[in-house]
Amino acid sequence: MAETTQPGTGAKPTADPFNRQESLTADTFLRGLWQENPVFVMLLGMCPTLAVTNSAINALGMGLATTFVLLGSGALVSLLRHLIPKQVRIASYIVIIATFVTVVDYAIHAISLELYASLGAFIQLIVVNCIILGRAEAYASKQRLLPTLVNGLGMGLGFTLALLSLGSVREILGSGSLFGYPLFGEDFQPWLVMVLPPGGFFVLGAWLLLFAWLKQRRERRPLASAGATSHG
Amino acid sequence: MVSPSLPLIFLDAAVVNNFVLALFLGICPFLGTSAKKETALNMGLATMFVMVVSSIAAYGVNWLLIALDLEFLRLICYIAIIASAVHLVEMFVKKYSPALFRSLGIFLPLITTNCAILGLALFQTAKEYDFLQSLVYSLGAGTGFMLALLLMAGLREKLDLARLPTVSQGAAMTLMLAGLLSLAFMGFAGLGGSHG
Repeated sequence: MAETTQPGTGAKPTADPFNRQESLTADTFLRGLWQENPVFVMLLGMCPTLAVTNSAINALGMGLATTFVLLGSGALVSLLRHLIPKQVRIASYIVIIATFVTVVDYAIHAISLELYASLGAFIQLIVVNCIILGRAEAYASKQRLLPTLVNGLGMGLGFTLALLSLGSVREILGSGSLFGYPLFGEDFQPWLVMVLPPGGFFVLGAWLLLFAWLKQRRERRPLASAGATSHG
Repeated sequence: MVSPSLPLIFLDAAVVNNFVLALFLGICPFLGTSAKKETALNMGLATMFVMVVSSIAAYGVNWLLIALDLEFLRLICYIAIIASAVHLVEMFVKKYSPALFRSLGIFLPLITTNCAILGLALFQTAKEYDFLQSLVYSLGAGTGFMLALLLMAGLREKLDLARLPTVSQGAAMTLMLAGLLSLAFMGFAGLGGSHG
C-alpha cells in the first residue's frame, strides 16, 4: 500500500485543492460537540435520536455504538482515501459502514442482551444514519487519520450528548427515574406520553425552541429589548 | 405466535405501527419533503415503489443467504439491494418526468439512506413473514409513509398562513406538529390485537 498515513509525519501536500489538510486544533474536536452538533444544529440522524431516547441508558448505548462506528469507518475511509475511485466512493463507504455496524450489532448482542432487545433493529439501522455517511464524505475522505479520529470523536460525543439530553428528560418526566434509579417518591404520577412516540417529537421540539430562544436573546442583547418572552 | 392475516398486516403497518409516527423511521424525508402537498405525494409514491421492490428482493436474498449460511452478510446485501432499487426509480423518473425529478431534487437519491426502507427489510426478516405477507407488509408501510407525509404537508400548508412567534419558526414548530400528529395516531394503538 502506497499510503501508510502515519499521523506524526504528515501526508505530503498535494496539488488537489480538495485535498486541503486541516491542521489539528482544539476546534477539530469541539466543533462536533457544540457549533456543529449533529442533532441540534444540523438536524441529522433524527430517526435514532427520536426512537431510542425513551430512557437514558438506551440513549447512552445508542450514542456509544454510533460513536464507535463513526470512529471505525472514519479511520478506514481516511486510510483508503487514495485507493477508492471517486465514482464508487459512496458505495464503498456504505459497505465499510455496514461492516462496522455488523461488528457493533454482534458485540452488543454478546455484551448485554437487555440493551440489544430494547434497541432492537435500531442498531442495524445505524448504517443509514446520515451523520456517519456525511462525515465519511465531507471529512474523512479528505483528511489524514488523526484529524479524522479527533473530529469523529467530537461528532460522536456531540451525538451522544444530544441523545442523553433527550433521553434523560424523557425518562425523568415519563418514568420518574434516571438510568433506572427512581428520583421521586412513591406517589409520582408518570407523564406517560413522554416515553411514548409523541414525547420524542415534543422534547426535541422543546430543545430546539430553547436553543432558538437563547440565540435570539444573545443577538438582541445589545438592544436591551424586553421582547424576549419565554417559549420554553 | 399465530401468523396474522393479510389485512391485519396491512393495517398494522399503515396505521397502528405507522413507520413515521410510531416507529420513527424515515424522519429526514418526512421533515424535508413535507412542505408542499404535491411534492409529498410524489415522494410518497417513489418511496412506496422502492419499498415494494426492495421488500421482494430482500425476501429472495434472505432466503439465499440462509441457504448458504451467510446470514452475517445480510445487512450489507440489503443496503446494496436498496441502492440498486433507488437507482432504478431515479432513472425511471428522470426519463418520464423531468419536472418531478427536479422537484424531488436531492431527496430522491437520499431514499437510499431512508431508514424506513432498510427498517422494512429488517422487520420483515425479524417477523419471519412469507413472500405474500412481506409484499402486503411493504404495501402497508408505503401507504402509511405516504399518509403521514400528506397529512403533514396539509398541516404545514395551513401553518404558512398562521402568524408564529419568530423564535418558533422552522424545525421546532414542525417537530411539535409531528408530535401532535403522532399523538393522534396513538389512538389507533390496540387496533388489530397485540403485537411486539
